[in-house]
Amino acid sequence: MPPPPPPEQVIQLHRGAGLDRRQALAVMAAGLAMASTACSPPARQQAHPWVNPPEARTGGLPLYYATAFVRDGYAHGVLVGTQEGRPIKIEGNAAHPSSLGATDVFAQASVLQLWDPDRSTTPRQRLAPVGQARGPARLAASTWRDFEDAWRARRPGGLRVLTGPLTSPTERALLAALLAREPEARWHVHAPLADVAAIDGAQLAFGRPLAPVCHFDQARCVVALGADPFSDGPGAVRHAMDWSRARAALREGQADAAATLFAAEATPGLFGARADHRVALSPARIEALLWRVAAHWMPEVATDSAPDPRTAAFETALVAALHSAGPQSLVLTGPGLSAEAHALALALNQRLGAIGRTLGLIDPPDAAPDARTLPELAEALHAGHVETLLVLGCNPAYDAPAALEMPLALQRARLLIHAGGQLDETAQLSDWHLPLAHAYEQWSDARSHDGSVTLMQPAISPLYDTRSLAELLASLADDPLRDGHALLQRHWRDAHADDFDAFWRTSLRAGVVAGSASPAQSPALARVPARATAPAPAPATLTALFVPDGAAHDGTFANNGWLQELPRPFNKLTWDNAALLSPATAARLGLRTGDIVNVASAGRAVDAPVWVLARQADDVVTLPLGGGRRRAGRVGDGVGFDAYALRPGVSLTAPVTLRGTGRRHAFAVTQHEIAQHGRELLRTVAAGASLPREPERPRLYPPFASPEHAWAMVIDLDACIGCNACTIACQAENNIPVVGKSQVAKGREMHWIRVDVHDDVGDAHATPNLTGFQPVPCMHCEEAPCEVVCPVGATVHDSEGLNVQVYNRCVGTRFCSNNCPYKVRRFNFLQYADETTEALKAQRNPEVTVRQRGVMEKCSYCVQRIARARQHAQRTGEPLVDGDVVTACQAVCPTQAIRFGDLDDAASDVTRARASPRHYAMLGELNTKPRTTYLARVVRKDETS
Amino acid sequence: MSDGDTPVLRPGWGYASVTDKIAGLVLTRPLRWPWLAAFLATLAGTLVYLGAMTFLFIKGVGIWGVDIPVGWGFALANFVWWVGIGHAGTFISAVLLLLRQKWRTSINRFAEAMTLFAAGMAGLFPILHLGRPWFAYWLAPYPDRMNLWPQWRSPLVWDVFAIGTYLIVSALFWYLGMLPDLATLRDRAPTRAKQVAYGLLALGWRGESRHWARHETAYLLLAGLATPLVVSVHSVVAMDFAIGNTPGYHSTIFPPYFVAGALFSGFAMVLTLAIPLRRAFALEDFITARHLDNAAKVLLATGSLVAYGYLVENFMAFFSGDRYEIAMAVDRWTGAYAPVYWAMMACNVVLPQVLWWRAARRSTLLLFALSIVVNLGMWMERLTIVVQSTSHDFMPSAWGLFVPTRWDWIFLAGSISMFAWLFLTFIRLLPAISISEMRELVKEQADG
Amino acid sequence: MAEAPWGLMAEYETPEALVAAAQAAHDAGHRHAEAYAPYPVEGLAEALGFRGSRLPAFVLAGGVLGGLGGYLLQWYAAVRSYPVETGARPLHSWPMFVPVSFETTILCACLVAFFGVLLANGLPRLAHPIFDAPDFELASRNRFFLVLRTDDPAFDTARASALLDATNPLRRVEVPR
Repeated sequence: MPPPPPPEQVIQLHRGAGLDRRQALAVMAAGLAMASTACSPPARQQAHPWVNPPEARTGGLPLYYATAFVRDGYAHGVLVGTQEGRPIKIEGNAAHPSSLGATDVFAQASVLQLWDPDRSTTPRQRLAPVGQARGPARLAASTWRDFEDAWRARRPGGLRVLTGPLTSPTERALLAALLAREPEARWHVHAPLADVAAIDGAQLAFGRPLAPVCHFDQARCVVALGADPFSDGPGAVRHAMDWSRARAALREGQADAAATLFAAEATPGLFGARADHRVALSPARIEALLWRVAAHWMPEVATDSAPDPRTAAFETALVAALHSAGPQSLVLTGPGLSAEAHALALALNQRLGAIGRTLGLIDPPDAAPDARTLPELAEALHAGHVETLLVLGCNPAYDAPAALEMPLALQRARLLIHAGGQLDETAQLSDWHLPLAHAYEQWSDARSHDGSVTLMQPAISPLYDTRSLAELLASLADDPLRDGHALLQRHWRDAHADDFDAFWRTSLRAGVVAGSASPAQSPALARVPARATAPAPAPATLTALFVPDGAAHDGTFANNGWLQELPRPFNKLTWDNAALLSPATAARLGLRTGDIVNVASAGRAVDAPVWVLARQADDVVTLPLGGGRRRAGRVGDGVGFDAYALRPGVSLTAPVTLRGTGRRHAFAVTQHEIAQHGRELLRTVAAGASLPREPERPRLYPPFASPEHAWAMVIDLDACIGCNACTIACQAENNIPVVGKSQVAKGREMHWIRVDVHDDVGDAHATPNLTGFQPVPCMHCEEAPCEVVCPVGATVHDSEGLNVQVYNRCVGTRFCSNNCPYKVRRFNFLQYADETTEALKAQRNPEVTVRQRGVMEKCSYCVQRIARARQHAQRTGEPLVDGDVVTACQAVCPTQAIRFGDLDDAASDVTRARASPRHYAMLGELNTKPRTTYLARVVRKDETS
Repeated sequence: MSDGDTPVLRPGWGYASVTDKIAGLVLTRPLRWPWLAAFLATLAGTLVYLGAMTFLFIKGVGIWGVDIPVGWGFALANFVWWVGIGHAGTFISAVLLLLRQKWRTSINRFAEAMTLFAAGMAGLFPILHLGRPWFAYWLAPYPDRMNLWPQWRSPLVWDVFAIGTYLIVSALFWYLGMLPDLATLRDRAPTRAKQVAYGLLALGWRGESRHWARHETAYLLLAGLATPLVVSVHSVVAMDFAIGNTPGYHSTIFPPYFVAGALFSGFAMVLTLAIPLRRAFALEDFITARHLDNAAKVLLATGSLVAYGYLVENFMAFFSGDRYEIAMAVDRWTGAYAPVYWAMMACNVVLPQVLWWRAARRSTLLLFALSIVVNLGMWMERLTIVVQSTSHDFMPSAWGLFVPTRWDWIFLAGSISMFAWLFLTFIRLLPAISISEMRELVKEQADG
Repeated sequence: MAEAPWGLMAEYETPEALVAAAQAAHDAGHRHAEAYAPYPVEGLAEALGFRGSRLPAFVLAGGVLGGLGGYLLQWYAAVRSYPVETGARPLHSWPMFVPVSFETTILCACLVAFFGVLLANGLPRLAHPIFDAPDFELASRNRFFLVLRTDDPAFDTARASALLDATNPLRRVEVPR
């Protein structure tokens, strides 16, 4: 294999074109990716992670592969960073429309999925005669050859295939080929979180399925009705990025610059937290609100309900904003609303002229007109019409609505074949389990939220005896080609016969196929739906809203320790999901946080712990899905409660009743106190106004000079949306251990950068009680209190102004943490780093020490990245320039809230940021002279909550 | 002897009788079951303590309730508490010697022993509470290949020197004072074995007049040096907190207020030990009501100083106008640890006021109970300072509680029983009262 | 011939008698007479011509050296041997070097005092002729003894015996060598 291009090229690349850091990173990565893929075909085949690479090749420089992380069928463009051939860190792909260089928490955690010790490693066959009642039985290790024999020998006919949402052109084609072989074969699609109402809504309005593509950068007024565009759906990262960039002018002081955000939400979401106007309403009330608002543009719409006095102000402001924004409006509807409501919102957007400007409509990348639904499959199974059932990459035994009684139904199939990454609940019921490769181990393709295609390349050859879905489908269909690389090339060669190699190389290099985004449709005039007459819910019942869990998502990520330990944004809850109630509703039911209630709906019931959450809508109980896994693995089993067990159907809402059980549940949270107690930690500033200048505090001693560099970080609180991506990116980069629920409950979580949430942001009279997020890493104080008290000099300052922690000198007195006003230091009270599990060792960043029991640790400003950049500069002889050092948290941030750089460089990004009128140092009055400082959040006078 | 007061030594004792009485306690007194029972019980406790330490070294300090933000829990509270107790001994034997307080004579020996053992218990905790205790020696300065040294600005390093010095000096002071008595035991030893043992310890002391003269000089010098040392040790311990910036730590009154607290708890412990001791070994003639009375008066005085400390702490919190200090004070009154705080107030400030009454000072039983109460109160004070302060400092988002685990309690109980075990061993092996000084006392009383 | 004894020993009941005897012996020119008592008897050493000890001077020196040594150690470690920026404090942060210097002062002074007194008293010395003298175990109980050593230039068996008898002791014995 030829060596990657000498780093000089990479530097010149971004020197020449004065791109920003993120793009530079992407270009560098793309360059390396190209180098590695130019030689892929043969290499990938027998290839293996480089076991003994020539020194010259690695030299500490990570090798990046542009590929995609696939969630719910959709591609999120990423760069997989590998060290010594091991994927260890995910970065966003600046060239990819869903990423623009950032990622969400799931993409960050996906690398841990790859190294998950509980992954399925080999085909398995059930040791019990076929056809007998199943139920968990022993799955004995087998081989692909044996399976293929069994597949050929199966009884013909009655074939059904169940997959998750599929956007991969190649897999779709192979699946079609398989189905074509058996005329009566049927394909069913199962997407646990899919909002059927939204799909029907488009159908209702335009007579065809259409998927929205939002352009936040074009909008002057965004209205989210029950939707959280910053966290839900494949476009969330892009939305946040566009919003943040469009808001730049406001931060510079133009009060009227940025879009006005309106949120009517049933349960607090990231978008609502940043909305200028925000109300908490039950889905039914949100719907009523929508009809009333729509009536202003569509006289034909019948508005029976009178405006709700509590939300009247909100409503008037909303209507006014829509009027003034006109075609630059964007009305989004979310889960919990009826198909009619979705249709109406689309019609409203059309009337406003938004479609084509702020809202693009495309053919859904995962649309499968020829596919049937899960309920239909359940029906067929119960009726005993299914001879052979192929469950490909989904887990209906766990995440199907309870009403379908899937575990029973699955056992009615004569031959149940399950293909998946884990020996999950469905695998336990199947006759054959086939291990699927991880996305970073395979050649494949997938489409993103705007339809763009990414050709996925492996960053490492398969760790275990697994196959990609494409390879599996090919073998099932007796395809002459069996290898993923060949299959992928064959599929794309058809379309790009001329100059295929160039297409192939450029597409892999960029991580996205140029010009593959779906064309925006311009549909005919939307049909204005008739008002759905929703039956008024019985007085005693609440509306249950089923939402994806912030960590486990739909349950797929339940076995991921990083995610389980990631504090949920609003209540900082870890290792649990909870039934969220509003304070008023909880008071009415005599419940408080920690009470275990029996949630009942349509004869089904499940016990769930209650969390009383401010800004939750009254009479709504939010039930996060993805908990209570039974066969997730060592991490995910039995974490939280299983809300699927309550779900009556594919609908995301249900009427439920709560009954106290008198039992209590112990939560593990990382932040107990949400209020700021008048301490101005998270500051706000009116648009255009400026904070009082920090007084130059006297120094008792002459300062130490930092001749070469003076590293500093500035965090823009106006950009932060509290998505936690920084926390988990830091965890991945710096080998931060997972400590488990009991340790978190003891207050021993290890995150180097935490995201504090405050519910009383803004000064009392002007803008009361906004919810705000504040990332808190080490402040790297110039006059660090921690250093003075360390008896062995284990924490000291280096010549570049870093407050460094010397692990192998630390004896663990914990005095430094006691003396840290920001409490950002973390201590290994026990042996937290897993020293025994081999798979986990392979994930660790070789440039970062794995800490031993009894030592203190904390944010290092990614000193290994600084060192890498410095060594690089020394090798090439070119001095470091602003943007050569990018910390992990900075790289991942979807809103570019984090800036890092050199204060000795007068032109650097941070130097300029520190001159901003919004700049302040947290707890500056303690005279610690922090190097990590903040930019106050901008609030507009008329913001309400 | 002060007016009509009970004497510090009941009349009727001569050189020989005093000598035989005290030496007899060690040499001839047969084992009695109360001592034996106590000895075995505390020995068992000590073994449990050692076992717990082994487990601690294997698992790590995570077995305790310590967390972020409360990095220091019971371990440091116990440390400060024991150091405090360790102060009375040297104070009695050094300061009172310089002040020519005759009543110190019959209690200084076992008070010094108490000091030594308490300081020993104290010295253990900072090592136990380390994340990596096997590297404790890194706090000591020694030439090392990588040229590393202690970080001299850290109060913890000052601690190492202060506690170390204190342990060494109290041991020397104790031993020097005991030399003549060891000779006495050598000469009275009924068996060859004891004679050899005490003979070796006595270093061949024979009571030559010039030796006595030099001995007196050296003893006085040590007393003179130990006096500032006593003050410095707890001042340094106080600086562990005062140097920190946490509200509730960062307070300039800490050094004097800690020293007062130390004597307070120290004298309480002296009473806790003296009262059963004189009872069990029939030493009422040597440790008379006069001693208890004086000790009680010292309790009253130091207790008042401590109360003043509490007062100033709260006053300064508000007088400073510092938002964080005020929040800290309010949290002490009303927060999660408020019960501890108010219990401490009751034990250290309210109850000791009964000592204004002579009747109370003369009631052995009440004094004993009160001494226990004060020890408890002082422990709660240390706990409040160490735990409550850090649980509630600058960033509300980082506030968190410390909840002791059963291991925290085991280590507290373990250190107490090891202390008791050492003391029980001491009173059977070494003269619990200084014989030679008692002889002097006899002489002085004879001269009237 | 029988070996000459180590000295003549007289035993007394009261410290006053011993002091008087000691004074007499000293007046008679005995510079090496030794007196033994169960506790420090006032004026006894002086009666034998003891002119105070030089211990305090040595202790002072020890203290000063200890203090300087402690401070120099810190200065060398923090400024010369391994200078590193800590909490933006100057390398030579003298105020924070005071506590340790103080402790080393006390420590060294005390060590000098303790070992000084042992040295000056010639201890430890486990074997000594006087231990073989009859009744001497009472020296650590309630008896007082005066010894006139035979190796004293002023010693003359007859005159010494007379001298002791004149102080009417409880008894007078020879202390074998």
